[in-house]
Amino acid sequence: MVTQVKTAKEDLRELATAVVKRAMELGATAAEAVAREGSEFSVVVRMDEVETLKEAGARALGVRVFVGQQAASTSTSDLSPQGVEQLVGGALELARVTSADPMGGLPPAELLGQIPGELALYFDDVYSLSNEERIAQARRAERAALACDSRLVNSDGGSFDASVGSKVLANSHGFVGQYRSSYCSITAAPIASDKAGSMQRDYWYSAARSLAKLDPPEEVGRIAAQRTLRRLGARKIKTRKAPIVFDRQTSASLLDHIFDAVNGDAIYRHASFLAGRLGQKVFGANLTVIDDGTTPGGFGTRPFDGEGVPTRRTTVIENGELKSYLLNSYTAKKLNLATTGNASRGLAGTPGIGNGNFFVQPGEKSQEEIIAGVKQGLLVTEFLGFGVNMVTGDFSRGASGLWIENGELAYPVEEITVAGNLAEMFGNLAEIGSDLIWRGSLACPTLRIEGMTIAGE
Amino acid sequence: MVKSASQGISVGCGVRVVAGERTGYAYTDNLAPERILHAARTAALIASGPAKTPVVSLEDVRLKDKARPSLYPIADAASDAELAQKIDLVFRADKAARAYDPRIKEVRAGYADEVRRILVIGSDGTFAEDVQPLSRMSVFVIARDGALSAKGSSGGGGRNKFEIFLTEKTPEHFATEAARQAVLQLNAVACPAGDMEVVLGPGWPGVLLHEAIGHGLEADFNRKKTSAFSGLLGKRVASDKCTVVDNGTLHERRGSLNVDDEGNATGNTMLIEKGILKGYMADKLSARLMGLPNTGNGRRESYQHIPMPRMTNTYMLSGDDAPEDIIRSVKRGLYAVNFSGGQVDITNGKFVFAASEAYLIEDGKITAPVKDATLIGNGPDVLTRVSMVGNDLRLDEGIGTCGKDGQSVPVGVGIPTLKIDRMTVGGTGSEG
Repeated sequence: MVTQVKTAKEDLRELATAVVKRAMELGATAAEAVAREGSEFSVVVRMDEVETLKEAGARALGVRVFVGQQAASTSTSDLSPQGVEQLVGGALELARVTSADPMGGLPPAELLGQIPGELALYFDDVYSLSNEERIAQARRAERAALACDSRLVNSDGGSFDASVGSKVLANSHGFVGQYRSSYCSITAAPIASDKAGSMQRDYWYSAARSLAKLDPPEEVGRIAAQRTLRRLGARKIKTRKAPIVFDRQTSASLLDHIFDAVNGDAIYRHASFLAGRLGQKVFGANLTVIDDGTTPGGFGTRPFDGEGVPTRRTTVIENGELKSYLLNSYTAKKLNLATTGNASRGLAGTPGIGNGNFFVQPGEKSQEEIIAGVKQGLLVTEFLGFGVNMVTGDFSRGASGLWIENGELAYPVEEITVAGNLAEMFGNLAEIGSDLIWRGSLACPTLRIEGMTIAGE
Repeated sequence: MVKSASQGISVGCGVRVVAGERTGYAYTDNLAPERILHAARTAALIASGPAKTPVVSLEDVRLKDKARPSLYPIADAASDAELAQKIDLVFRADKAARAYDPRIKEVRAGYADEVRRILVIGSDGTFAEDVQPLSRMSVFVIARDGALSAKGSSGGGGRNKFEIFLTEKTPEHFATEAARQAVLQLNAVACPAGDMEVVLGPGWPGVLLHEAIGHGLEADFNRKKTSAFSGLLGKRVASDKCTVVDNGTLHERRGSLNVDDEGNATGNTMLIEKGILKGYMADKLSARLMGLPNTGNGRRESYQHIPMPRMTNTYMLSGDDAPEDIIRSVKRGLYAVNFSGGQVDITNGKFVFAASEAYLIEDGKITAPVKDATLIGNGPDVLTRVSMVGNDLRLDEGIGTCGKDGQSVPVGVGIPTLKIDRMTVGGTGSEG
């Protein structure tokens, strides 16, 4: 069965604008509404049998109201006239109990708008396959993985997911914006077992906004198998300091910490080690970090942010100097700066800060060349846990990967931690790779960092 | 000031169709009969033919729905309190944290509550209804002293009446605790790195059990033989001082439920008895396919999600050792009393948890506080190294949320003071 998403475009727009209008009628001095609808499909095939198949659609509505300098927000999945009335009434009632906040309010009307041009966020081909074809995608990925080696004896399955969504933002300055987006992915997660019976699992995936841009399931399965097999026989190593190379998966996770550190919400609360450092040299001169919400087709691309401000390209770190935080209108006012169009808006709650396409400017060397330059060190391919203190920058996370001996990968390593301080780590980037590849809204090439502690035996 | 206030309503219906090991699932947020029927038809696409088991009529099952006393208040749950009272809690926490020490510069206090009404009906005769209240306070603070900054956090609650925040779990209690941690951390030294003796304080450090063994004992992973604990039933997985249960029937606890999300009564399940693995936590599907008892651990985040085996309140029973004796027995090690969370790789058994408050133990005495550090270990053998178990079992304050396959559910954990003879500590300091 092929399911088409409802394109009730007018309907969503009407809902959002009606909510804003109703809030103003009931006494709000400003209001903003979000309406969302989406459909999702997912199938998991495990050991060649369909394990789960899920399909659904949902719609929901959220409103934020201001009564003078007081604000509150509500959300609902009940879109009946009574549900909408309760949504608006509830928000106004709640607003009257909050404290007046002079920094609150919608962005001024002159800041609102959307970037022009085709952003390539929506492709209807993600929903073009029949159920049989979708199941076949998942099955092919798992089969390809398990066929790679006789040690691949079990599996957490192969999967195919597709989703489409539409979002409308409207506010009492007259802004109405809408965009649709699509997403699909294929994953494979094989399990390998060695002679002693100890098991390792790893996975790989391909994700895209269009079915046409997904990697073939066989490719996903093959890489998943390689990643799993290379973990077999992993050992612990002695506690020491050594150069560490972070592959693209783990370096992107490190970059995520940098996003958290320049997040305006953490900055004004002094909850980031980069608070108060604007204009200063905070990292090594070889590091440039950019946030760009405007790249066509990007996973972090949007025509406008969660408050209706056009997205843009912001240089966050330039040659080690902190050039800009990422801000919405509230955090901008708090810091006496201008919004960078990075408001992110869920259904309820005040807008937070979200990244666009957030990345590290690539360097010259390939990952192979970087590894070749390490006499003795560690290639980290996976983190376990979230041991990062953003206030101090202290970093300590579980890790696994491969030991590097004379520039070559020697043997797998596990049950260790890697620790340091983010300010020192990004201050000591010995190498930045050339391999910038987008697999999400954050991307970072391979990194080599000196001076971190590896804890093991 | 009250910076933000929000509320939300979510209504919907999920339909699951199970055929052998296969599951079809669909949901709708529109409760019109035709939309629910559409969801049912979509979910049923998974089935290859008509049902082989008879459907029990709803009239018959309604009669069987036996009432038992609820584990939590329904009529006067925390959510029923006046809004002004809830806001007062947040103000009080803010004030108490700032009053603790002039170095406390930032305070973010929050209060949230919810009521979840569920109705589960199954073709196997299941008919269960429940009303599940849940509330929680949280306090996050930052202390600053010159160039030094540190954070502290605390919180708690449960499926309780509002009064608990005015008597036992007051805003001042949480605020003082968060402020104490932050001020303490201002002077923390680098945590040592390497293998050493580790003593865990009672209560929330029970997150160790949740990560190290809890997930590995969820029946789905063992049915698929993807867990490091697969095939270990009846075998030794811990020292004989360790007895661990998962108990969903504790009064008013965050992880407790009258019925799970498949409509089964929750239970008190023996997982490890004196070191021997006794049982897994099962949902309907795993219990049927593995021939195991259904322990009432089938949980889901919402109607949009498929149920799976999940923990409720997981804890280790008290042993015989006095906590002071445990500390005294350590020559050089780490005493960890607060954690910020953890993660596990089910298949190879490796797990981590991050200590947010810990101290060095030197010659049997607790000395300097150390900076945040991650502890890493191997699930199937970490508990075999437990050499002392305190007589001071404590459960956490009601703050835990567990994530699995993208689904979050509230849980509880607990332990008495524990001594683990060897664990890897991931600091930046000199070798331990």
